[in-house]
Amino acid sequence: MKCVMLIYESAADLDSRKDPGPAPYVAAWRAYYKALVAAGAYVSGEPLTAGSTSTTVRLKDGRRHVQDGPFAEAKERLGGFIILDVPTLEAGLEWAARCPAAVSGGVEVIPIDVDFHDIVVAP
Amino acid sequence: MEEAHRTVETVARASYGRLLAYLSSETHDVAGAEDALSDALIAALTSWPKDGVPRQPEAWLLTAARHRLIDQARRRRVRHELEGTVRHLAAERAATALTGNTFPDRRAELLFVCAHPAIDPGLHTPLMLQTVLGLDAARIAQAFLVPPATMGQRLVRAKRKIREAGLPFEVPPDDELPQRLDAVLEAIYAAYGLGRDDAAGIDAGAQDLADEAVWLARVVRQRMPEEPEVRGLLALMLFNDARRAARRTPDGRYVPLSDQDPASWSEPAILEAETELSEAAKVARIGRFQLEAAIQSVHAERAHTGRTDWTALVMFYEHLVRLAPTLGARVAQAATVAEAQGPGAGLALLDAIDRVSVATYQPFWAVSAHLLRQVGNHAGAAEAYDRAIGLTEDPAARQFLLERRG
Repeated sequence: MKCVMLIYESAADLDSRKDPGPAPYVAAWRAYYKALVAAGAYVSGEPLTAGSTSTTVRLKDGRRHVQDGPFAEAKERLGGFIILDVPTLEAGLEWAARCPAAVSGGVEVIPIDVDFHDIVVAP
Repeated sequence: MEEAHRTVETVARASYGRLLAYLSSETHDVAGAEDALSDALIAALTSWPKDGVPRQPEAWLLTAARHRLIDQARRRRVRHELEGTVRHLAAERAATALTGNTFPDRRAELLFVCAHPAIDPGLHTPLMLQTVLGLDAARIAQAFLVPPATMGQRLVRAKRKIREAGLPFEVPPDDELPQRLDAVLEAIYAAYGLGRDDAAGIDAGAQDLADEAVWLARVVRQRMPEEPEVRGLLALMLFNDARRAARRTPDGRYVPLSDQDPASWSEPAILEAETELSEAAKVARIGRFQLEAAIQSVHAERAHTGRTDWTALVMFYEHLVRLAPTLGARVAQAATVAEAQGPGAGLALLDAIDRVSVATYQPFWAVSAHLLRQVGNHAGAAEAYDRAIGLTEDPAARQFLLERRG
């Protein structure tokens, strides 16, 4: 099954991107990525920029509402996502537990809605 | 008031499993017994502060829970079920009258039900934790890294199966006993550490469960003192427990076994483990858990001799891998052979392990990295360190490996 890991990172962890050379957090991420790929669990993923570059758009009564910042306020910031292909949700949760961001942030695992994907994509 | 609350808590903690095992053993309805017992505990919380704590709190709870069971059956309005339950309860009352206020301990029988072949092996341990120890589904879900709602549903289904299939609350007959007991011991050992290997470190949440697992093993040993593997398992867990404090520096850094100071191992735990293991050996029926305990016993010897007898360890691992060729045993064997005969010999054993089976098995990569570095294969070692680091959940163990890799 495919699922997405939404990776919420603490401010301190996000800061380590500024000087990635010596940061153990970044080294742990490199190793984590290798292990994911080697185990055949990795499909794709991207880190998201850490600055205040998030903007949320809504349409209410035909009018645009544009808001600085993320959709939901949280102490941690959505710092990236990874799409996994794993045998079970439990296997996905195992990977979430191993994620370096899980120590001071949090990792949300959501199964991908394959049926709805097909409804949208199908001609 | 305060005292009554404390007594309810104490009795619940000490007797929950015994009460539940006894209540469910005749009806096979574990879920019904759980409901009845929790109602009885709530009733105690309101009545004891008012009327005082009864002289026999357990007997009080048992009676209250039985009344709930009769009510449950009545509410279901299933006539034969009611008759059956009432007959059971009447028989039990007679039995209780004979023995005064004590009632038989059927926790071992309940453990055999939890680890019955008709129950999904993945649920053996969760069922034990919930029924015998009274842990709630959410806490069990955390330990098993499963969504709490999912764990709750699985437990409900398993208990329905116990009732509908009428799984027997009994210690299995001799011809089935070895296999059935093995399933019970496997499930208890799974609670102990939940697959966390010594190399990966043990976190605080798993440590609570480790204590509970030791307690479960004691329950089985009390009932079946003549079974050597029960004592073997208890010894194995006690040896591991003896090193609990030594696995971390005061500031939380991970310390591998070879770097641990034996002075920080718990002497009483080691002594108890040695006693259990030598009692088991008297029966002269070797098994997987006795062998694993013997291995830990050799490690514990270092506290007295100052050295590790690698030759003895190699021999024990050979036996163990022949008897129970688990990934854990094979990887630990490779690490041991490397100590006794050099890293090349250890790597040869690792090479014989199927790569697909270790794709997510951290200890394999940690040991590989260590041995590859020793033979001077630095690129291979760095690769293996990365695999190990990426598969590590415990932050202290991850930090340890990151530093080793350099």
